[in-house]
Formats: sequence, C-alpha cells, structure tokens
Amino acid sequence: MDLASQLLQYLFAGITAGSIYAIIALGFTVVYNCTEVINFAQGEFVMLGAMVAAWSIITLHLPLPIAFLLAVAVTSVVGIGLGCVVIPPLKRASVVTLIIITIGGSILFRGLAMLILGQDALPMPQFSEGSVMVANAVIMPQSLWILGVGLACVVLLRLFYDKTMVGRAMRATACSKEGALTVGININRMVVISFALAGAIGAVAGVIVAPISLASFDMGTMLGLKGFCAAIFGGLGNFGGGILAGLMLGIIESFGAGYISSQYKDAIAFVLLLGILFFRPQGVLSGRKRE
Amino acid sequence: MKRALIVLGAAALLAVAWTSAYGAETYKIGAIFSITGANAPLGVPEKDTVEMIVEQINKTGGINGHKLEAIVMDDAGDETKANLAAKKLIESDKVCAIVGPSLTGTSLAVAAGAQAARIPLISCAAGAVIVTPTKPYVFKTAQSDIHAVAKVLDYLKAHDLTRVAFLNVTNAFGKSGKDQMQKQSPRAGIRVIAWDEFGDKDTNMTAQLTRIRGKNPQAVVCWGTNPGPALVARDMKALKMKTPLIMSHGIANKKFIELAGDAADGVIFPAGRLIVVNEIARNEPQRKALLGYAAAFKKKYGRDPDTFGGHAWDAVMLVVRAMRKVGDDPAKIRDEVEKTRLVGISGVFAFSPTDHNGLGKDAFVMVQIKNGKWKMLT
Amino acid sequence: MSARESPASPTSEALAQVEKGHLDRRVLGLSRPTWPFVLALAVAMAILPFCFNNTYYITVLIFIGINTITAVGLNLLMGYAGQVSLGHAAFVGLGAYTSAILSTKLGLPLWATIPAAVALTSLIAYLVGMPTLRLQGHYLAMATLGFGIIAYIVFKQWDLVTSGTSGIVDVPPLSPFGRTYAETPRLFDLQTYYIVWAAACLLLVLSANIVDSRVGRAFRAVHGSEVAASTLGVNVSGFKIQVFVLSAAYAALAGCLYAHYVKFVNPEPFRFTFSIELVVMVVIGGMASVWGAVVGAGTITILSELLRSVGDYDVIAFGVILMVIMTFMPQGLTRAASDLLQAILRGRRNR
Repeated sequence: MDLASQLLQYLFAGITAGSIYAIIALGFTVVYNCTEVINFAQGEFVMLGAMVAAWSIITLHLPLPIAFLLAVAVTSVVGIGLGCVVIPPLKRASVVTLIIITIGGSILFRGLAMLILGQDALPMPQFSEGSVMVANAVIMPQSLWILGVGLACVVLLRLFYDKTMVGRAMRATACSKEGALTVGININRMVVISFALAGAIGAVAGVIVAPISLASFDMGTMLGLKGFCAAIFGGLGNFGGGILAGLMLGIIESFGAGYISSQYKDAIAFVLLLGILFFRPQGVLSGRKRE
Repeated sequence: MKRALIVLGAAALLAVAWTSAYGAETYKIGAIFSITGANAPLGVPEKDTVEMIVEQINKTGGINGHKLEAIVMDDAGDETKANLAAKKLIESDKVCAIVGPSLTGTSLAVAAGAQAARIPLISCAAGAVIVTPTKPYVFKTAQSDIHAVAKVLDYLKAHDLTRVAFLNVTNAFGKSGKDQMQKQSPRAGIRVIAWDEFGDKDTNMTAQLTRIRGKNPQAVVCWGTNPGPALVARDMKALKMKTPLIMSHGIANKKFIELAGDAADGVIFPAGRLIVVNEIARNEPQRKALLGYAAAFKKKYGRDPDTFGGHAWDAVMLVVRAMRKVGDDPAKIRDEVEKTRLVGISGVFAFSPTDHNGLGKDAFVMVQIKNGKWKMLT
Repeated sequence: MSARESPASPTSEALAQVEKGHLDRRVLGLSRPTWPFVLALAVAMAILPFCFNNTYYITVLIFIGINTITAVGLNLLMGYAGQVSLGHAAFVGLGAYTSAILSTKLGLPLWATIPAAVALTSLIAYLVGMPTLRLQGHYLAMATLGFGIIAYIVFKQWDLVTSGTSGIVDVPPLSPFGRTYAETPRLFDLQTYYIVWAAACLLLVLSANIVDSRVGRAFRAVHGSEVAASTLGVNVSGFKIQVFVLSAAYAALAGCLYAHYVKFVNPEPFRFTFSIELVVMVVIGGMASVWGAVVGAGTITILSELLRSVGDYDVIAFGVILMVIMTFMPQGLTRAASDLLQAILRGRRNR
C-alpha cells in the first residue's frame, strides 16, 4: 500500500474522530457561553444519546430515524434536568462547586445508564452500507454521515443563534448578563435551554459515532475529556475555534498513532492541552483573551 | 423414680434437639467478583455459577451434612474495594477459602493478604503473574495467557503464517498477551513485523490497522477483551483487509459475535472446550462435566454459560472437593487443592507445588466463527 | 477581630478580606488553636482499634487515613489558594510508584525511598504548576486534568520502569518495628494503622499552623482577591506554587503509605476517577477548614463501602448524594454541621 493512500487513510480516520470531538466541543461551548460553567457531564450526554439509540433499536426494534429522535429527546430532557439543578447555586456558588455538581451529574447519568440500559456494550447498525474508495483509501460510509450530520448541526446552530429570538437572547446573555436582564431576558430559562441544547448536541454526536465505536455506559468519559481539550484549544467560548480544534485533534491523533506510536495515542490530546496551557492559554485559535 | 426418668428423658430429648439444631455448622466460603462496572460480563456469570453450585450442593445434603454458604462480594474492578472485601471475608465472615477475583489486577491486590492470612485464594483471572512465582495459598483456574499464546503460535506455524502483526488492548489482559508473544514468538519461528496497541475505549482502530496494512503481514493477531477486538474486526472489514484474523480467548463469548456482526466471520481463536461442547469427541474426559454444567446453567438462568462462569465453576469445585475430604480447615484445604486432579470446565487440572494453575495449552482448542456460530478446528 | 476601617481603599478591602476571609475557624463553636482537637483525634484514633475484634474495620480506617493525608493537602490548595487540581491521583501514584520502584528494583530501604518519592513528586509538581500558576483563572485545573491523565497513561505504558498494567508485586511492607510486625497480618494492620494516623495527625497540625501563620493569612487573602493580596505585598504566584507543591508532597506521602501497605502497585487506582473522588472528599468535607479533609475522606470511603451492598444502585446513589450536598451544603459537611450546632446552641441560649 503506497504512501499516498496510507496518508489519505490516516486523514480520513482523523477527520472522522475529529468531527466527533468538534461536535462535543460545541456542546461545551454552548453551556460555557451562557453560564461560564464547564459542564463535565457533556461526555455523558454523548453516551446517553448512543445508548438510548442502540438500546431502542435492539430492544424496542425501533427504526433508526425514530431511535435517533428518541435519543436526542431523552438526552435533551436530561440536559434540562441538569440545567434546572444548576440554576439555584449558579449565582452564589463558586466555580468549583458548579464543576462538582456537573461531575455529580455525570456520575448519576452513568449510573442510570448502567442500571437501565445495561452494563454490556451495544452494537448499532451503520446508517448505510457500501463504501467509497479514494485512491486506494477507504472512506467508511458512516464517516460521511458523521461529517454530514456534524455540518448540519453547525449550520442549524448558527441559524438558531442568528435568526431565532431565543438564539439571539442566548447570545445576549453570553455577552452580558446584566444587559440581558435589563431587556427582560429570563436568564434562568436561557440556562436551561443551553443545557438542553448541549444535551441534544451531545446526543447527536453519540448516535452518529455509535455505529463505529459501539455504545457502552462508560464511553462518555474519554470522549468528553477529549472534546473538552478541543474546546480549550479553540479558546473556550469560541465556536469556530472549537470545531477546527476538534478536527485538528482527531487528525493529529490519527497521524500520531500511525507514524509515531499507537501506545501513547490517548496521551496526545492531553499533551497538547498542557502545551497550550503553558504557552498560549487563551487557545490557539481564539482571537481575544477570555478571562 | 418414674418422675426422675421422665425428667431425664425430657432432658435427653432436649439435648438431642439442641445439638441437632446447631449440630453441623455451615461451611463458609467467600467469593469476590467484578459484578458491577465495565467488567460485569466477567463477574456476573461467575457469581451466577457460584450461586448455582451452592444451591445444588445444599439440595443434595450439603458437604458431609454441613450446609454450604457462599458470601459473594462485589469489587467493581477496583483494587481497594477488592482488598476491603477480602479483609471482610477473612476477618468478619471467617471464610475458609476465597474464590475469585475476576481480574488480574484485583487478584494481585488481594493475593498478598490472603497469603499472609493463610486463606486459600483461587482466582478466576487470566494473568500468569498471579501464580508465578507460586505462593502457597494462591491458585488460579483460568487458562494462562502463556498457553493461549503458545496455542496461537502452534496454529500460525502449522499454517505457515510466519510474518504477523500483533495488536493488543492496553489493559492487563492485552499487555500480558503481548508480553508472552514477545517472549515466545522467536522460539516458535514467528516474526512479528508490527506491534500496535489501542485503548479499550477507543472509537476506532483505523489508524493502527492502516499502519499494519502497510507492512503487509500474513496474519493479524489481536489480543484483548470486548469490545475492542470487535471493533478491530469491524474496522478490518471496513478497510477491506482480507488478512486472516486470529484473536485471543478473551473473545470466547457470544458478546463478541453480537458486537462484531458480520465481521466476526472467519475469526479464529483458542478457547476452552465449553463453547464447542457439542463437537467434542465422546471419549473426551471433559465432556461429562461440560454438558452437565451447560445444562444446569441453562436450566436455572435460561441462557448459555460462558467461559468466565466456567472458571468460577472450577474454582468452587476445587474447594468443595477438598472440603469433602478434609472439612473446613483452610490449611488442609490448601494442601488438598495442591494435590488435586480435576476434570473441569476450563480444562483438565493437575495442580502441584510448582504449578498452581494446573493447565497446559491442551486446555485450548482452536475455534473458528462461521455464520455467527462456533466451529471447532481440528 | 477588630472593626473594619472605612471602605474604599484597596488595602482596607484586602484587610477586610483577610479578616472575614474564606476561612472560618469557628468550627464547633471554637476559634484559635487546632492542636487540642488534633490531640483529641489522636487519642480517639489510638483507642479505637481496641473496640473492634477484627481487623476489617482497622483496614477501612487505614484507607481513610491515607485518603485523609491526600485530602488535607488538596484542601490547602483548594480552600486557601483557591485552586482546583483535577489530577491529584497522579501525585499519589507518583509517590507510590517511585517508592515501590526504588525499593523493589534497587532494593533501597524505605526510610530512603519514601523521602525520595516525596521529593521527586514535589519537583514534578513544581514543573507542572510553575507555568500555569503564573496566570489567573482556572488554568491549573485544566493543566492538572491533562497531567493526571498523561501520568496514568505513562504508568500503564512505560513497561520498562513501571511494569505497566501487570503492576509491581512484592513491594516491601512498612516495617519500622521489625519483621515480625510486618509479617503477622493482624500486627501489620495495627502497626500501619498507627503509622498512618500519626502521620495524618501531624500533617493536620502542620496544615493548621500554615493556615494560621502569616503565610496562611496571605493564602486566604489570595483566595479572596489576588489583586488585593498583591497590593499587600504578597507574592501571589509564589504562594500558589508553594501550596501546590506542598499538596503534591502530601499526596506522594499518602501514595507511599498505600504502596507499602497493599504491597502491590498498578495503574488502576490512579485513574481520573480517583482524582475526582479526591476533589469530592475535600469539597464535601468542607474547604474552609482542615477538618473538612478528615470528614470528607471518612465520608466518601465509608459511603463507598456501605453502598457496595446496594449493588447496581451505588453509582447512582453516589452521584445523587454528591449533587445534593453541593446544592444544599456547598460549604461542605463540616460547615453545615457547625452551623447546625451553632443554631442549636443559639436556640438554647435564647430560651
């Protein structure tokens, strides 16, 4: 197998993984922008989406599109729940307390998934069969779905923020809470919506990655952490940065595993994180400095 | 006089009633398994098997009239929890032997304590390091990776597959397999041209497989426990790699086929005879024990047993047989186990002071998955 | 303390912060020295083993003690310097592995390996903390998150040094009282129990003194307002780094005690999950006082053991309890208990 097709193969694998990281980074950004809270349960939203979808296909024999919608709906509700829990302490508690609450949430969601959906890994069918070959490198059809759905997600989110009242209200809240209050925006509702959105986004990521990675109750932790790294690289709070950073992370991981060593593949994301923090904490791709 | 006799008679009757109520004391054994958490697929069948055996034994009169009680504790795959569980079993519950734990890490964490307390520990975990070097009170019933790798190397040699790639999960099971492969492959004349690893929570192995494909091996050997190997099989199929795929005994369960789907077809791996029990010859020594276990398990739980449960069966039966001969003294049980020859589920055991695993590579047969079913290779 | 000056000037702001602080030493209605309480704890812990007739409870208490040591250090970092470490398990692991490796592979005696392990871990903490603690904000949290995971992966993969996932077996036991003590299980447990709790009590006193000292009051000022503290002439980043390194040193000591008690070191106990558990211990206990660490470590360890019998529900219960305590008692259990006690006492007085 020649060098070019190997390179391409690594690239495709990297873009696939990177798209997932990018979507997860979006989830972090949505919540952070509105509340300044780092939602450590974001990874579990991905897990819930994947598990609910896989479980409902296997046990309830639902067709894929319905399972997809169900997964997104359930996870959004869970997100709303978490958002409601976060609201009372949001004003007076310290950042640490809020982080721990989301951590408690992630532990709870993992426990619920273990109990209700089971401790076994669950397979999920690919969205479509067949495969595409580009210069001897294979593109798995699911990779195309991941890219496509991911892109749709980003576009929808952009439309939401730009064109809808609610979206613009959320942007206002992110810019300035006091300002938002003076124009009569209900901050609490914004918080809940941001969490619901993060849940939905996470669920989407979970459903589209599950056919490749299988769904299991403990898949959320590592994915969440790597998505978090991507969000930091891109500059916490920067949408475009997070997406780009996620893609780059996936590609770097893929090439690192292929050309350097697969032994330390998982460490790559975190070594990059440390590097960024030591040398450019505001993120590589963020223009402004965020406090 | 008559009154005295009546009183005496009543007293005698009472005495008999009293002693027979508290007469034969219960034999207590402990069990530590990973019943919750990511390793539940190992711990749950092990726990089910132990409870099934205890129930069976008590129904048929116990052990020499003594009731058998198994106190099963969950370590959730955590070393500290395993440690505390072992302490509780030994000190609070005063068990005479402990079966389990399910994993190599947790087994190593409790081995030193069991040894110091002089309570026999019979682990159901795969790591050869548990019994090498031998500790007097520590045994194990699961087949060793030493023998699994040896069996795989035999297969590779027999089929002239001398340039192979090796891929393993970065957990104790996978890395132990890699360790054995590094040690044994030179002697067996097999050259490993690529060594790669993947995390057990990785979402895909395309990068590693692309690298391996580039080196053009004659076969790919993948060592791990679910779900990683299933992903490897799927990714290989997606990448249209036609290289023969040989795996470890870690996939000797239905779950692998369920997770890998079509990609499982053609995969070859070493396994205990339990999963191909219907194909083994009539004169095979293990046949009776295997059929008995499979039938009883299916009857009680409504599903087929798997190899992990088999390890627990072997461990409990070792203790039970020893107790039948020597009662519930831990030191005597240990001595008895060390002498035992047991036709078990994981293989035919022959323990000795220098071998606390008692199995060799003939505990394995090579199995291939065809159309979602297991077929024994001869 | 004295009445506040007229507001407005940054110095008086800072002074007000220092006085009111984020530290409230009025635990159990008492102010001033902590050492009598530590003494009381020490005496209680000394007598406790004789109330049990089996060593299971002693083992639980040993693990609580080991976690307390780490938690006290983390408490200093979180409660006083106002920073979070999401990777503290790595420092525990570094201590455990270093001492285990030096004593098994090089055969060095424990009185040499343990200080070496603590020293090496402190150095590594310094290298990690230095670049990030210069900055404001929660960069240390993220850096420790990344570092913790990297450390775990290195423990798993660096077979040559750490023996990877198989772990290091036959680690020499703590045996300051000679081999008989180390080799008889009951005596070994008892001996380790006293060593661990003696260390914990000493560190409690040490930490309380740091909190009370001039340096400590500067810490509290830092947590309150870094800007104000620097106007007082406090070297903010210098102190943050010092506290971080100190907390890593505590963790390393705990790791050494763990390694030479369990006599087996593998990577699994030092996963990310454990780092979170440590933070939870500190926060649940209460960041405002060093006692929070003891309460937190005890609560979490005992809770884990108790919930074990509930089987599948234990993870859910843990998550729920965590969220409930954080929402309704964000200052932690120690503060909640002391508030409750004060409310009762006040109620009684008013009658």
